[in-house]
Amino acid sequence: MVDFGFTLVPSSRINLDLFDKEKYEELVSMEPDVRICMACGSCTAVCTAGKFVHTSLREAMEDIFNAKTDNALESLRACQLCGKCAMVCPRGINTRHLIMSITKVYSKK
Amino acid sequence: MIYEGKQKIWSDYQKDIPDDHYFYVRSCIRQSFFPASEATFLDITRNRLGKDIFETEHHTTCGGIAYHSDTIPQETVMTIIARQFALMAKNGYENYVCSCITSFGLYCETMETWREFPELEAKIRENLWKSCKLEFAKPKFLIHASDLIYKYRNQIAAQAVRKLVNVHTGEPLRVVEHIGCHYSKMFPSKGVGGAEYPYVLVGMIEAWGGEIVDYPERRHCCGFGFRQYFIKGNRGYSLSNTHKKFESMEPFKPDLIITNCPGCPYFLDRWQYVIAESTGKTYGQDGHGIPALTYEEVAGLVMGYDPWDLGLQTHQVSVEPLLDKMGVEYDPAKKYLGKNGKDLGAPAPCACLK
Repeated sequence: MVDFGFTLVPSSRINLDLFDKEKYEELVSMEPDVRICMACGSCTAVCTAGKFVHTSLREAMEDIFNAKTDNALESLRACQLCGKCAMVCPRGINTRHLIMSITKVYSKK
Repeated sequence: MIYEGKQKIWSDYQKDIPDDHYFYVRSCIRQSFFPASEATFLDITRNRLGKDIFETEHHTTCGGIAYHSDTIPQETVMTIIARQFALMAKNGYENYVCSCITSFGLYCETMETWREFPELEAKIRENLWKSCKLEFAKPKFLIHASDLIYKYRNQIAAQAVRKLVNVHTGEPLRVVEHIGCHYSKMFPSKGVGGAEYPYVLVGMIEAWGGEIVDYPERRHCCGFGFRQYFIKGNRGYSLSNTHKKFESMEPFKPDLIITNCPGCPYFLDRWQYVIAESTGKTYGQDGHGIPALTYEEVAGLVMGYDPWDLGLQTHQVSVEPLLDKMGVEYDPAKKYLGKNGKDLGAPAPCACLK
């Protein structure tokens, strides 16, 4: 087989019907600032763990809106709660608290 | 069902295509991808059908590739386009026909932008005069070359020496038609049949005796998409688009794909090679692929042109199974001979794709 340097990518179909509104509202009640995140990615850019393992709050937020909560939890699994992201957030979100809230809400089956 | 009502609705999906007198502009990439297609278009329209199609060596690119790659400002593109239109008027034409779907979409977008923002049109008019000393003009009719072949489809059928029929079984060939996204998805009223029922290629196939294949991903993009392809890191998405289409059409066993865009035949053709060589999967019969041809090439085949004069040897997927089905006579020894019999050299054989 020839290696072209690129290959077929698996389907990334998003089914928004699977979006769990109740859980999202639960997250909002716990963490109202979740609504003001603009997904700029500053948090991801400064993430200490992100340099070594896959972890990204921006991706996790996107995954939650795209009804891929398992991916969101996976993106935050390696977070050490150092809080560096909270220092750079232009919207002043307490990202450390947000990460804990996401984990708490979406870990419940 | 009220037949007259249906006819009226369908008439809303048609577009005015003048019969004659056109200013023709070529495509940048089609001339290298499928070098004989534009020459075949000109030969059919001028010499076989006796139409007045004028072209000038002074026209340039429309700037579409740079525009869609975000490397050129919109006003610059508009000035380039204004120059093309000015050349048309300077040569005494008011009907503009272009070979490329990207150009067609960009011309439609530009005309619409000028209509909505007259102050921008005034600025481009000024730019054109300052840079080229040419008078600003707009075409009365903006047509894609496939619209013209669609218009002439019955005249072509009348001169045809063969049909899109399997000569061994007598059955019509099963044809997949693929419309370029920029033909009617952006401005539905500018395409025959609109975005919902694009009829430009279907009309040709029906007139020439073939049978259209309707499959689930029929209106899916071919996978070109400019940035999907230009950036190597994104190329997997381009490939996956094409793969999705082929997986969808495979159960219907198409004999042929006909397209009206520069990128679509290229990607539907070349990606079959990449899919075959990277996964081992082929979509045609006996390890062959499905030939993806331009509408000019298909018109040329039914009108009796030599397949090697049509440039079918420049396709990655071998066209011989299709030629055999149609009963086209060809000399395999001449496949890779250029004009004056010069040997062009055969490409290296593929491991999986015959």
